[in-house]
Amino acid sequence: MSSRNAVVVGGNRTPFVKAGGKYAAASAQDLMTAALDGLVARFGLSGQRVDEVVGGAVLKHTRDFNLTRESVLGSALSPLSPACDLQQACCTGLEAVVYVSNKIRLGQAQVGIAGGVDSASDAPIVVTEPLRKALLALSRARSLPEKLAALAKIRPGDLTPVPPAVIEPRTGLSMGESQALTTKKWGISRAEQDALSLASHQSLAKAWDDGFFDDLVTPYLRVAKDAILRPDTTMEALGRLRPVFGKGEGASMTAGNSTALTDGAAVVLLAEEEEAKRRGWPVLAKVVDAQVAAADYVNGSDDLLLAPAAALPVLLERNNLSLGDFDFYEFHEAFASTVLATLKSLEQAGVGTVDRARLNVAGSSLATGHPFAATGARIVATLAKLLAEKGPGSRGLISICAAGGQGLVAILEA
Amino acid sequence: MDILETIYATPAGKFVARKVGLADPPKLRRGRLLPTGPIVLGELEGGRIGRETLTLIGVTPGQPVLDVPEARVKDEKGRAVPPRYPAKPGAIVVDATGVRELTELEGIRCLLRPVMRSLEPSGRIVILASDASAVEGLEAKAVAQAIDGINRTIGKELRGGATSNLVFLKEGTGPSDLASTLSFLLEGRSAFVDGQTWRVGPAKVAHELSAKPFADRIVVVTGAARGIGAAIGRTFARDGATVVAVDIPASGDALAKVANELGGSALQLDITAADAGARIASHVASRHGEDARIWAIVHNAGITRDRMLANLDEKTWASVLDVNLAAEMRINDFLLSADHPGGLGEEARIVGIASTSGVAGNKGQTNYAASKAGVMGYVWALKEDLADRPITVNAVAPGFIETEMTAAIPFVQREIFRRTNSLSQGGNPVDVAETLAYLCGPASGGVDGQVVRVCGQNLIGA
Repeated sequence: MSSRNAVVVGGNRTPFVKAGGKYAAASAQDLMTAALDGLVARFGLSGQRVDEVVGGAVLKHTRDFNLTRESVLGSALSPLSPACDLQQACCTGLEAVVYVSNKIRLGQAQVGIAGGVDSASDAPIVVTEPLRKALLALSRARSLPEKLAALAKIRPGDLTPVPPAVIEPRTGLSMGESQALTTKKWGISRAEQDALSLASHQSLAKAWDDGFFDDLVTPYLRVAKDAILRPDTTMEALGRLRPVFGKGEGASMTAGNSTALTDGAAVVLLAEEEEAKRRGWPVLAKVVDAQVAAADYVNGSDDLLLAPAAALPVLLERNNLSLGDFDFYEFHEAFASTVLATLKSLEQAGVGTVDRARLNVAGSSLATGHPFAATGARIVATLAKLLAEKGPGSRGLISICAAGGQGLVAILEA
Repeated sequence: MDILETIYATPAGKFVARKVGLADPPKLRRGRLLPTGPIVLGELEGGRIGRETLTLIGVTPGQPVLDVPEARVKDEKGRAVPPRYPAKPGAIVVDATGVRELTELEGIRCLLRPVMRSLEPSGRIVILASDASAVEGLEAKAVAQAIDGINRTIGKELRGGATSNLVFLKEGTGPSDLASTLSFLLEGRSAFVDGQTWRVGPAKVAHELSAKPFADRIVVVTGAARGIGAAIGRTFARDGATVVAVDIPASGDALAKVANELGGSALQLDITAADAGARIASHVASRHGEDARIWAIVHNAGITRDRMLANLDEKTWASVLDVNLAAEMRINDFLLSADHPGGLGEEARIVGIASTSGVAGNKGQTNYAASKAGVMGYVWALKEDLADRPITVNAVAPGFIETEMTAAIPFVQREIFRRTNSLSQGGNPVDVAETLAYLCGPASGGVDGQVVRVCGQNLIGA
């Protein structure tokens, strides 16, 4: 069984755009279908069947209960391609890659597509809980008095629609507020955060200029390039922004060093290594291993977004590797301070140090944007290409944090 | 749409337009369709190849009617007119390959006169003659050029979407070398090719005609995201090709649609990149295997940056030349330099796009005309370079083609461009595509170093 390898063949994504921008009218399904169609075109898969397509979204309408399958049906793939939705907050895209890779390794699939999508513009808006309960009671009511009684329970205030918010249900804190606690706890300075953000923008801009994304991105709705990217931003410009998360004196998290709400979709083409070679496909990198972990941020003292730091030692030990053994590190930039706190905690725990020159070398979420479920597939495609360019034996490490105190880490190898 | 165009599109506008001579142009027969009426063969002394080639493409030719004095009939006013065909002929093939003397040209006249007003709509006249290089003596060479004059003139006199074209045969050309050209000219595929002359010689490698000539063959089309490029992709795919559709990354979504529609693959690539040729080859190798080779590459990508020369700066100048000509040359240089995985096959087809602007010049298009005339010069020179390899290189020169690009021309100007040709209309992207597909056909190995105009016999530069 160990002789079967799952490899990354290639990837595709839409350019990422700030929520409420050019993709405002596109649904999550539209975006996912576009990402799939670009991948299908890139690899000449039109009309062909793939063994499974796996994806998901974090912000999801009830109508999208079968989002990935519906996207497949709307795409140029053969309708005989089955699909599955899964969701692990911001780990969704990477978890989808792990799912498909495992199936490939087990011989349950030869060729699969993994990815994710999120549209913060197309987020579902729901009714208030009292209104929802009243409406359900109304539908159960049989007699007129029962119906009237159900209706009578509705208060005017219940009629306001409830927009979605990125809030942890158990702490009531938004993602940014939670991270502000971590930022303070780990003593991450404003300057460090802004510097990381600047590096992200500069690296992403360079990658675009070098044509790195020519075979990783397909334009969508007249957007040809990531629209959040500010190629000419500076420390001064970032330094002028006012803090948006955290309170008082030490507040250091701004719109410049936090990810924006983003619309976009990303997918990765995976195949069994021999199958990929048989088809003449590029073998960019092997999916070597992955490890998920969770943190007790509700009752315990754990940080909401530092679970990857718990997953990493397990992954490294299982693979007989140390933190220094990698050519590239892809640490998802939910917030600049998340990456910095993760690195700090790894150092403190004695896991090791990450060479910053090898970190997010083609830019990451701060500059690219972060459509929650799409980020994992974006990172896998980018890292696989970097490794293929670096050459055989090169190794890359992915770390993604997620809502609910979860973290997923993975190793790719060319 | 400007106000004139809006008025023009109304029933009243159409009525007035017809009164002033702007009648609706004839609808052209297109696609892999032969004429419906009989295909007549007019064989002049010494001609044999016409009959043999028609047999090869499965046509049993009908008998011609000759305009000789004793055969003439009287019309209702009592005038002597040529004898009539029993049914409207669909086409006439005039085999004049044996004609060497001026007096023999009368044979062409007397074959053509009866068909000039009796061809069916979108009928065809195809004249076969020996190339000046294949005949001896001053008179025979003069005669060859005289036939060219006949062809150009009858193209202008024909009505109803009918066309006339002339094929000069080089020394040693056989029926199998000529079959692809004759089949193309008789079928609807050549709808917008009119009044043209080109040369056919012995094929470097012989192949039979087929309705799916590109089955199991890879064809690369640059600029494939829209317009003429997308039509080229569709036409090659219809004829069996596995299409690799190339366009700039910024057109990737339109490109993906085309590639998925055709069951091909998309390559987002700026063809002006220094390594564009290598990237095309590596895409082909990584989709179809290391042993896969390109059968044909269609250099369709092109841009216009129109300015009067008085307003033309070095940037606008250079970008047009770089995309339209230099990129094509760099890509070919790489693909021809060695047997690369995913590179050009041993017996490949290279085709480019010239333009009537390159042939005749066009106000405001110095840069474009330079690039497109350059494409022609390049084709002629590359053909010589490749003389000992079974690769052919050709180009088409489109005239006014209905595309998004030409739709942006102001209405009156556009209507003038559109109508100043023998077919009184603009061509469709598919007309360019069909001609390219004919040039790239495996059976077209005898067509090499030719520039075929697809312009409805545009009056400009003809």
